[in-house]
Amino acid sequence: MSDAVHSHGHGHHDDHHEEGAHGTMGSYMIGFGLSVILTAIPFWLVMSGVLDNPRLTGFVIMAFAAVQVVVHMIYFLHMNTRVEGGWSFMAMMLTLVLVVITLSGSMWVMYHLNANMMPHAQSDMGDMNMDMGSTQEMRTMSNMSEMP
Amino acid sequence: MTTAQMIFGRLTWDAFPWHEPIVVATFGAVVLGGAAVVAALTYFKLWGYLWKEWFTSVDHKKIGIMYMVLGLIMFLRGFADAIMMRLQQAIAFNGSEGYLNAHHYDQVFTAHGVIMIFFVAMPFITGLMNYIVPLQIGARDVSFPFLNNFSFWMTTGGAVLVMASLFLGEFAQTGWLAYPPLSGIDYSPATGVDYYIWALQVAGVGTTLSGINLIATIVKMRAPGMSLMKMPVFTWTSLCANILIVASFPILTATLVLLSLDRYAGTNFFTNDFGGNPMMYVNLIWIWGHPEVYILILPLFGVFSEVTSTFSNKRLFGYTSMVYATCCIMVLSYLVWLHHFFTMGSGASVNSFFGITTMIISIPTGAKLFNWLFTMYRGRVRFELPMMWTIAFMLTFTVGGMTGVLLAVPPADFVLHNSLFLIAHFHNVIIGGVLFGLFAAINYWWPKAFGYKLNQFWGHVSFWCWNIGFWLAFAPLYIMGLMGVTRRMRVFDDPSLQIYFVIAAIGAVTIAAGIGAMLVQFAVSIWKRNELKDVTGDPWNGRTLEWATSSPPPEYNFAFTPVVHDGDSWADMKKNGYQRPLTGYQPIHMPSSTGAGVILAALATLCGFSLIWYIWWLAGLSFLGLIAVAIGHTFNYKRDFYIPADVVTRTEEARTRALAAGV
Amino acid sequence: MSSMTAPAEPRAYHLPEEPHLHEGHSTMLGFWMYLMSDCLIFAILFATYAVLGGNFAGGPGPKDLFDLPLVAVNTAMLLFSSITYGFAMLAMEKNRVSATQGWLLVTLLFGGAFLAIELYEFAHLIHEGAGPQRSAFLSAFFTLVGTHGLHVTFGSIWLVTLMVQVARKGLIPANKRRLMCLSMFWHFLDVIWIGVFTFVYLMGVLR
Repeated sequence: MSDAVHSHGHGHHDDHHEEGAHGTMGSYMIGFGLSVILTAIPFWLVMSGVLDNPRLTGFVIMAFAAVQVVVHMIYFLHMNTRVEGGWSFMAMMLTLVLVVITLSGSMWVMYHLNANMMPHAQSDMGDMNMDMGSTQEMRTMSNMSEMP
Repeated sequence: MTTAQMIFGRLTWDAFPWHEPIVVATFGAVVLGGAAVVAALTYFKLWGYLWKEWFTSVDHKKIGIMYMVLGLIMFLRGFADAIMMRLQQAIAFNGSEGYLNAHHYDQVFTAHGVIMIFFVAMPFITGLMNYIVPLQIGARDVSFPFLNNFSFWMTTGGAVLVMASLFLGEFAQTGWLAYPPLSGIDYSPATGVDYYIWALQVAGVGTTLSGINLIATIVKMRAPGMSLMKMPVFTWTSLCANILIVASFPILTATLVLLSLDRYAGTNFFTNDFGGNPMMYVNLIWIWGHPEVYILILPLFGVFSEVTSTFSNKRLFGYTSMVYATCCIMVLSYLVWLHHFFTMGSGASVNSFFGITTMIISIPTGAKLFNWLFTMYRGRVRFELPMMWTIAFMLTFTVGGMTGVLLAVPPADFVLHNSLFLIAHFHNVIIGGVLFGLFAAINYWWPKAFGYKLNQFWGHVSFWCWNIGFWLAFAPLYIMGLMGVTRRMRVFDDPSLQIYFVIAAIGAVTIAAGIGAMLVQFAVSIWKRNELKDVTGDPWNGRTLEWATSSPPPEYNFAFTPVVHDGDSWADMKKNGYQRPLTGYQPIHMPSSTGAGVILAALATLCGFSLIWYIWWLAGLSFLGLIAVAIGHTFNYKRDFYIPADVVTRTEEARTRALAAGV
Repeated sequence: MSSMTAPAEPRAYHLPEEPHLHEGHSTMLGFWMYLMSDCLIFAILFATYAVLGGNFAGGPGPKDLFDLPLVAVNTAMLLFSSITYGFAMLAMEKNRVSATQGWLLVTLLFGGAFLAIELYEFAHLIHEGAGPQRSAFLSAFFTLVGTHGLHVTFGSIWLVTLMVQVARKGLIPANKRRLMCLSMFWHFLDVIWIGVFTFVYLMGVLR
């Protein structure tokens, strides 16, 4: 599947083949329109507080962000599974997986490290009940503090 | 601020370590040696030749060789650090403080790690991949030849900064990963950590670009008929290693930026106060750090596949599973990073997850080992030096891998973390895997690059010295680690440990002999190259396309682009009675040399140097210069030329004559 | 394995003619790879913001500092710049040099507006004592948003350079490739901005 070797010497009008898919006026306007809507609604939800539930609002705007990213990918970046023989799509998928691992992994790890290892301010005492696992570990660790 | 401070930042005459005799002596030696080299180059009028034929070359083969030379020079520096440590630890007992004070010793072990990983191992594997991959896929060069040259000089720039730290200022005293808060501005206010940061940032740009370059090359420039599953295994492992490079070095870049913001701009990412969290640095740096070690080993796994199959005169067993195993390792390497800091306190649930993933990642490597063994089974094995190194790898690396699986168990790691056991483990896998693999690769592909084989006798001497020396040097460390001895210690209270350190020092000396023997091997081979000559271009009865060219290959690699019908393409061609075409040569389109890469890298290095010494005006100027030259370079649209058909004809006819005479 | 009966025609093991990989064959793929690596840099900055973004060190937090209407205007500037770049690309496809240059200029203006508003915001925050040194939250905020702004700045310099190069050499294939690369870069920055306004500004105010 060696895809870039053209032995029938063409090299002049070679911009309109698979390399760099292109948009049309229509597709750009659809992408723009969708982006405007997908931006305006989250801003409105947060600024007006109409849902009256921060966690729910948070989830909703994250969903809107995810959709808008996909809109940008399709309509502005012309992403599909055929660009560059599928390599662009695969690279993007791998990057997405790694970004998810990095973000979620870091947040998970750091949450535990913070719970176990960072000094707790007086006002935070209420938080110690939330993570039973770490509280157990802290009790064990305080027992072990006698060891050299 | 005085005028001197405005012009020179914090660079003063005190920057030179007048009071450290070892460094002063080293400086003297470097000046004398350097002057001798400069004098010789001038006397033999080689500057023009070096500039035109090597430094500005965009030929992947020349760049590959330059990477190898860089790696070798830095290896000698990194090994000198190792000898210094072994000596210090062997004598620092019974009240003796040894000969290195803490300030110096801490720089030695930091520099040893930084140099060996970033300026020895990375250049060596990059050089190997640069040289071999285009040949193996039947291409004439890489996708971005100018970027290739630029990448090399950026790596060299980083090395220059590290070497400069020896004589101007100091190097970091933080260990090779420079954890804050120790590496923050409060606890390391001098130039050491700044040298570390900028050397890695400059070199890191080169490495990342090189990764992009090789991925594009492998994806886009394979010869017709070479589908992915017909690529040589070395090309596969190179592809996966370069994906890892592109997917991990940005993490290092970003993390070091955060550290440098803390140091230069007073931000609070990793500080002890104002909401900073040093543990976040450890977390981030190891998200990079673990894929990094797989970057180092995967290309060498490819080398072992090529060598095993060639010297067993057999097709590699389980090609498909090799490819899948490599891809699995690539992905899994992102799921294990916490095993480097089990003891930092993330708790049982997190530790268990990463302990399990760490054990899982050993499985694909095991699969590869079995595939190599099955390749040898019922093959006609020739114990040439590349094969000897490969077998040494199998034995050595397996032990190292097993100690790794032991360390993967969090409770065991609580005892062994940061002990000498850990040191022994990673040297076991790096020396057994990366270094032995490099020696196998050098012995294997040297004839291709230079047209003559390496001297066998000195190769054998080097081999045995390395193998015996390695075990003498590191077995005592395994034992001491199990007894609880900590790493990075300069002085010891327990006299019963001394015998172990003495044995380890003897091992280090034996390894030094092995290195010496290898240098002698190179020297003798170069001197006696006519006797060791190979005119066939295929001295080992190779199986992949690089062996189809002459040794060394012509500038354009292949007079005609090969067409591939099967894996092990060259073996397939030989089996089907392939005859080299003797007529019909065409002009060949090639990229032009350029000095822009050297200049850009020099400006980047200068910028780094100015930032280290707080010479703000120079930093700004060199940065602007960098942008200006880069933009200026883009105005040059004419970057290629054609090798005329008659030049190709003459080159190929010369080869035809040589082949006829040699047979 | 090749199992061959006596072939009527011997297998060809080389190409008789120079295959001539066309100029710039790898550019788009290579640049896309670079963008993916840039994505990972931003991922680290987002992760840092996620982990340290709650550490106010007794100082001001998002609710005290973020001016959402201004951010909305800024977001609009960037989005408009994306669509005008799209128009530039459409003109480029039709080989219309002046139209391309015109839309590129408009893009530059929108990008410039984005940067100006952002610089104003930063200056205001610093003036209020909420600079990057104040707390880990502010360090993370300034670095993430600032890095995005730096990318927009470099993109703008690149855009000006390309306008000069198009003026000099026209829409030759090399320049078209470069414009397509900048297009990818520019839209990618808008994608990152979606993450920024959602996770930093909107979520920050919601916390």
